[in-house]
Amino acid sequence: MPVKDDHTITADTFLAGIWKENPVFVMLLGMCPVLAVTNSVINALAMGIATTFVLLCSSSLISLLRNFIPKEVRIATYIVIIATFVTITDYVIQAISLELYNALGAFIQLIVVNCMILGRAEAYASRNRLLKTLTNSLGMGIGFSIALLCLGSVRELLGNGSLLGFSIFGDAFQPWVVMVLPPGGFIVLGAWLLLFNWLKEYSLQNKKNSSGSDTLADQKGAL
Amino acid sequence: MPVDSVSFIFLNAFLINNFVLAMFLGLCPFLGVSGKLNTAWSMGLATTLVMLISSISAYFINELLVYFQIEFLRLICYIAVIASAVQLVEMSMKKFSPGLFKALGIFLPLITTNCAILGLALFQTHKDYDLAQSLAYSTGAGAGFILAIMLMAGLREKLELANLPNASQGAAMSLMLAGILSLIFMGFAGLGS
Repeated sequence: MPVKDDHTITADTFLAGIWKENPVFVMLLGMCPVLAVTNSVINALAMGIATTFVLLCSSSLISLLRNFIPKEVRIATYIVIIATFVTITDYVIQAISLELYNALGAFIQLIVVNCMILGRAEAYASRNRLLKTLTNSLGMGIGFSIALLCLGSVRELLGNGSLLGFSIFGDAFQPWVVMVLPPGGFIVLGAWLLLFNWLKEYSLQNKKNSSGSDTLADQKGAL
Repeated sequence: MPVDSVSFIFLNAFLINNFVLAMFLGLCPFLGVSGKLNTAWSMGLATTLVMLISSISAYFINELLVYFQIEFLRLICYIAVIASAVQLVEMSMKKFSPGLFKALGIFLPLITTNCAILGLALFQTHKDYDLAQSLAYSTGAGAGFILAIMLMAGLREKLELANLPNASQGAAMSLMLAGILSLIFMGFAGLGS
């Protein structure tokens, strides 16, 4: 590329993944683990940490090797690198806690096909220096974990009446069993997206009102 | 029906534990390519084809890995097989039916990162299925994927005509719809007992 790459690391490099480009709520990447393992806070946390670890390791290795990987086989190379780190994570989790390993099931191995990780490798790690890639990946990983926790806490609270295994609502609470079952995952994520859309629209409307042009056509155009 | 009979395995993957709506596998194409009925149909078909090929190859590769006692390489081998199966389908489709190839376009290479396919290969290994059972499992999963994505595409085509509030347009509404579909599919759990 003739254009000189920008190697400066700003706060935005890190924060982009948490808010503006949040992989789950904004970019809708890596949906499968997001919905499948968030039926309790512990599972969500473990999945978040595992994914962040794989993301950090694979993107830093890809960033280091970015000048040696031939362009034609880059996707295959990325996938093999990611698969290697996922295998390591898989065995580490199995060694630390068998209970957690059984709860997460095949979804640890399915981190390989998490489009967020491959997307980061293709769009960021293959173009930027190690330190910048690391900062950005850490932000993305934290953003992903936060999203998982958002879902996991709502689903555990409503579906089980507890948080991290501690009872919150007491014995009189009738759990909404559907929340820990598959439909609950879809509905809770839909509700979170609805909330964010509503917030975005609300702030947009405020901005419009203060600048004086608030016709309906304008708002539709902006959206 | 006995639990490990071929017909039950097919029914299980098709309806009872539908890959998309009960096990959350293959959500990216399910949400991304379900805008129109005909693209959804071709996507479903291509995915099913790749599922069949990779399921058969995964079965033989696993036999090989177990024979040499190198099971820790399973994940890497599977993903390499899937990537090459996708490439193979892409190349043969380009040669034998260019029309379909053009219709699918960018969606074809994306099948590699469809977790339903890797999930299928991992589950059949985990459950120790033999070749016939693996075949039934992969056809069931493929048919289930087509069913789910077609249902979703039909609903979303109707939804285009509806007057929705701005905040609920796009992915939020699709996820709510998927939730309701998944609720309906929970009814099929009764078939299992």
